[in-house]
Amino acid sequence: MLKDITLGQFFPGNTLAHRLDPRTKLMVTVLYIVALFCAKSFVSYGVMALWLVTAVQVSKVGYKALVKGLKPVWFIIVFTAVLNLIYIKGTPLVTIWKFTIYREAVETAVFMILRIAMLIMGTFLLTYTTSPIRLTDGLETLLSPLKKLHAPVHELAMMMAIALRFIPTLIEETDKIMSAQKARGADFESGGLLQRAKALIPILVPLFISAFRRADELATAMECRCYSGGEGRTKLHVLRFAAKDYLVLALAAVLTAAVIVLGRMGL
Amino acid sequence: MIEIKHLRYAYPAVEGQEPAAVLEDVDLHIEKGSFTAILGHNGSGKSTLAKLLSAVLLPSGGEVLVDGLSTAEEKNIMEIRRRVGMVFQNPDNQIVANVVEEDVAFAPENLGVPAEEIRARVDEALAAVGMEAFRLHAPHLLSGGQKQRIAIAGVLAMQPEVLVLDEVTAMLDPEGRREVLETVHRLNRERGMTVLLITHHMSEVEKADRVIVMEQGRVVMDGSPKEVFPRVEELRRLSLDVPGTVDLLYELRRIGWDVPLDALGVDECADAICKFLQ
Ligand SMILES: Nc1ncnc2c1ncn2[C@@H]1O[C@H](COP(=O)(O)OP(=O)(O)OP(=O)(O)O)[C@@H](O)[C@H]1O
Ligand SMILES: [Mg+2]
Repeated sequence: MLKDITLGQFFPGNTLAHRLDPRTKLMVTVLYIVALFCAKSFVSYGVMALWLVTAVQVSKVGYKALVKGLKPVWFIIVFTAVLNLIYIKGTPLVTIWKFTIYREAVETAVFMILRIAMLIMGTFLLTYTTSPIRLTDGLETLLSPLKKLHAPVHELAMMMAIALRFIPTLIEETDKIMSAQKARGADFESGGLLQRAKALIPILVPLFISAFRRADELATAMECRCYSGGEGRTKLHVLRFAAKDYLVLALAAVLTAAVIVLGRMGL
Repeated sequence: MIEIKHLRYAYPAVEGQEPAAVLEDVDLHIEKGSFTAILGHNGSGKSTLAKLLSAVLLPSGGEVLVDGLSTAEEKNIMEIRRRVGMVFQNPDNQIVANVVEEDVAFAPENLGVPAEEIRARVDEALAAVGMEAFRLHAPHLLSGGQKQRIAIAGVLAMQPEVLVLDEVTAMLDPEGRREVLETVHRLNRERGMTVLLITHHMSEVEKADRVIVMEQGRVVMDGSPKEVFPRVEELRRLSLDVPGTVDLLYELRRIGWDVPLDALGVDECADAICKFLQ
């Protein structure tokens, strides 16, 4: 069950999407999110869908992996959609029992689902095609002007890289602990909300203890490999913008502008 | 290569407890190019000693010199850590990146090595542990033995002079253990890498040049495997096992057979017994 969590996973490959500079991909993702929040009509959502589909095709990630990424959040998506359906009023569409469903509500709910799903798929596409080290390198470089203000940019990037590195390890560990507790008769599936939350304690406590031990050992291992902060570090992959990066960025900018203009025109 | 003089170490006192010395008056000299095994049961101070070698811990008394550089001096610390490559027990907790080659590149990146040279060092280090084919793999999907070889490559990329391996095979299956040990022996043989292997497994010690046995923070035995293992009673008193062959020879001697105790290898042991029977 926990194996389904693909958050922050990276699928190595050698497509255009993999070869782009991580900074390009970060900026494109930001533009994509901005555009997504400006999209207000089926036409503009169509543009967004086209954008997403192109990116997926180029990256060869496969829709299965992307849809899998949605699994842990489908509950939130359905929940917000249902809330929208119930609370938004306008022109009545159908009446089922006591509830009247309005045209506007359906529209908002559909857009809401599209927006959240596309948001998640877009950002997952970023982590699927970019190794965490490259991703955080890109982030560090993009944010490096903030270093002048003494913001701990390198430290944040390193923390993010390590967090992404340990997600699979900790998920695996949680699975193990759960099996161990189940073997001792723990029950995670039945009972009320409170009971289920209580059942999580015997999982969380060992998980936390082990996470602290891991952190301690990792820190020692990093020190032994001469880590002493961001000062004077070099990189295996030197970040370099190439022609393809400028092209992709320009394309993303045009698409974002188009969606914003479409929104202004009421489309 | 490594010079340890009257080394004493006590962990910082926990409230309400006396700070007991974990290492007491340790004197050792590790030769360049040698393969030294360190034995000792749980809590005898092996890991503490290893951490003192790479300046993760600093001596409470005495000193540790790596190529003449004292770990007690702040300015030497980075150079000492570069020269002393440490590998620990749990491979998961020492791998930093999600891609093998990026993890191996971590140390040279920290050292400020230029990009092209990092590339060369990474390829070299991966070749040295026989993991070139896994350059772009995700470490968490590899087997334990493979992960541990990546961890070794990760320190080799610093171009160290000594490899200190703290129970690196403890979490591995027999196959993984064999993989890792073969790699380490090959590095020692072919590149003249100085190796310090901390272990609980007697079978890993037979091929070492030198065996050091520790007990309660002191060195209690020191010599070649052929000198140390025949001291069966002493080793048992320290709750350490002896290799199977020595155990057999020891039992045979107890029933009056005149066989030597220092035939460590299986073939050697068999020869010794045949010779007696003839
Ligand atoms: N961080 C620490 N703080 C306080 N005491 C410690 C710490 N780490 C280890 N010790 C103590 O120091 C002693 C030696 O520990 P050390 O880890 O060096 O032993 P070891 O020989 O490596 O044992 P093992 O075979 O279990 O790995 C033990 O008594 C242990 O309790
Ligand atoms: Mg230890």
